[in-house]
Amino acid sequence: MKNVIKQKVVALNGNEAVAYAVKQSDVDVVAAYPITPQTIIVERFSEYVANGEVETAFVCTESEHSAMTACLTAALTGARTFTATASAGLALMHEMLFVTAGCRAPVVMAVANRALSAPLNIHGDQSDAMAQRDSGWIQLYVENAQEVYDTVIQAFKIAENPNVLLPAMVCFDGFIVSHSLENVNVLPDDAVKAFLGMRQFPTVLTHDGVKAPFRLDPEHPMTLGPAAFPNYYFEIKRQQVEALKNALSVIRQVHDEYAELSGRSYGNGLIEAYRLEDAEVATVCLGSTAGTTKIVVDELREEGVKAGLLRIRTFRPLPVDDIRRALQDVKAVAVLDKCISFGGFGGPVFHEVRHVLYDLDKRPVLVNYIYGLGGRDVPPWQIRQVYEDLKGILKEEKVKEPVNYLGLRE
Amino acid sequence: MQSEWKFTSKDIAEKPDLFMSGHRACAGCGATTVLRLLMKATRGPTIVTTATGCMQIVSSMYPYTSWAVPWVHTAFENVAANAAGIEAAIKIMKKKGRVKHSHVDVIAIAGDGGTYDIGLQALSGAMERGHDFLFVLYDNEAYMNTGIQRSGGTPLGAATTTSPAGTVVPGKLETKKPITEIMAAHEIPYVATASPYYWRDLIIKTRRGLEVEGPAFLHVFAPCPRGWRTDTAKSMELAKLAVETCVFPLWECINGEYQLSAPSKAIALSPEKKKPVREYLQLQGRFRHLFTPKFEKLIDEIQKITDQRWQRLLKKCGVSASKT
Repeated sequence: MKNVIKQKVVALNGNEAVAYAVKQSDVDVVAAYPITPQTIIVERFSEYVANGEVETAFVCTESEHSAMTACLTAALTGARTFTATASAGLALMHEMLFVTAGCRAPVVMAVANRALSAPLNIHGDQSDAMAQRDSGWIQLYVENAQEVYDTVIQAFKIAENPNVLLPAMVCFDGFIVSHSLENVNVLPDDAVKAFLGMRQFPTVLTHDGVKAPFRLDPEHPMTLGPAAFPNYYFEIKRQQVEALKNALSVIRQVHDEYAELSGRSYGNGLIEAYRLEDAEVATVCLGSTAGTTKIVVDELREEGVKAGLLRIRTFRPLPVDDIRRALQDVKAVAVLDKCISFGGFGGPVFHEVRHVLYDLDKRPVLVNYIYGLGGRDVPPWQIRQVYEDLKGILKEEKVKEPVNYLGLRE
Repeated sequence: MQSEWKFTSKDIAEKPDLFMSGHRACAGCGATTVLRLLMKATRGPTIVTTATGCMQIVSSMYPYTSWAVPWVHTAFENVAANAAGIEAAIKIMKKKGRVKHSHVDVIAIAGDGGTYDIGLQALSGAMERGHDFLFVLYDNEAYMNTGIQRSGGTPLGAATTTSPAGTVVPGKLETKKPITEIMAAHEIPYVATASPYYWRDLIIKTRRGLEVEGPAFLHVFAPCPRGWRTDTAKSMELAKLAVETCVFPLWECINGEYQLSAPSKAIALSPEKKKPVREYLQLQGRFRHLFTPKFEKLIDEIQKITDQRWQRLLKKCGVSASKT
């Protein structure tokens, strides 16, 4: 990391870190609608617009549905686009998330994860983003404001890569990350600009039989978002699967490039394995809970417990091989879910991790903990309790209850 | 506001179609005629976006297309937001030197469902924000694409599959929502109604809508033989009768000033030319039940409401109502 660029340290909360990154990313169109706990992003960005600090069209739409729509068509017109939302806003966008991915529009969105109604709750959990996990978007879950800043910049480069050309959401825990002030290292403006470059467009064959950049351009008329019935639809969906697969290597590559520039890395960009090498007991989580868990892991290690943590940073596309390699030698694993999959067997992260490990000849015992719903705090002692439970499972060689609720009054 | 643009029938005939043949619309479709005429009025680089509906589905069946201009569809309720995104993108990228055209016109097209009902929120928002684009409503007065269900644009007494004429209910019980007035109330610079029978008027109004800076709204009458249960050869006759009966008067609201367009102005000046609604209704199967003893009183009601709306319009246009 000898070529690391000189950076300044700015006090920013997670939302401000997003706005700062977007300001530096030469974004053409931001279309957004306010919702707690995301609102600070659009407020800060509005100030940049009002003060002439950005060359960006800011479209203050009448709903999140229209915000996502405007980002989608702006992106198809060739613009670099950004929006931000949370909770009900993301749910309202649901229809357009699928359309955006299906139209191959590389929109970048920040999601300040928040609980879904009812009852109404403005605090953080990951139910909102998890409900969109099959929409065809790339989903990156980050731990703190620094990673928010770094990842928003990376997201543009990942989404716009012609081999990917998919929308990407950067998810971070509402209030815990969105509203906590941190010291954030920021790159110089021109370094970000150079890192991202101009938007790239793949070349496609138009109906006039000529090759042209994939965008709405009067020079080369193209029909986008057509109707495609049973004889074509399936193949088009399959192409999205392939693009998401391509995203795995692109996310790593962009992460590594950015690491060389900034000196900051987050595992391999897909997962972050923390003290997992010789771990016997481990937890798996997404987002800010990893910060708390790392402290607990360090404490346990000092006490001689072989504890580790796997943080999944890229949840879509799911880094299957990375998760397998990271967990195959662990004896007992607890998956922490900040979301319920109602009527299912545990939470969505549990589903995925358990599913991925099924094919291994030797696999760990797996249990699930649903935690932190509606913003309920998860202090270190509760995480420690999870590791204690795992130790108990190893000792008794028996799982009493595979799906558990952490910090809940029963 | 007068367009400088002068054109002859020959000019129009010779201008290549930007909405091309080969689409899958039904025989006698009024909306496709509207689209063809609409695209005759373009003045340069143009991007079109269409809401889910008849005109989207018939024109974009992959791998075919009827569009010779860049065209995009995303969903049903959001075509005005589609236009907003395109317009905002073009504007800023022009400033940054990322598009080479000095100006690109944006046209959003939706049916009555995508305008009166599910599309109203996005439409109102885009109008309030003042995006520079033309919104064209082709009004075939029901959800025709899904099989003739009633919409906010369906007129009183019309039978649809969700407002059927039964033994006790005479088709739709509610009147047509005054969508064009709602748009005029947004105080946008250009609002107008048009009918494909008066094709020259439609082309001129389209061009005005494109030329005006800021949002424009064009409400175009679009007969639907399948949904209205009419003879496929009678679509243009119905488009004429709707104007002659004042069921669908032609007018413009330019910067808040209302004015009647020539065909309706002629009726205002010579009220004896105004035809009874009966003449319009009787050609259509969707109103057939009104011509039975049980429901015929509703024809008088439709006449009364048509007259009231016409009088209100005359007042707005500054034409003395007493003469009519």
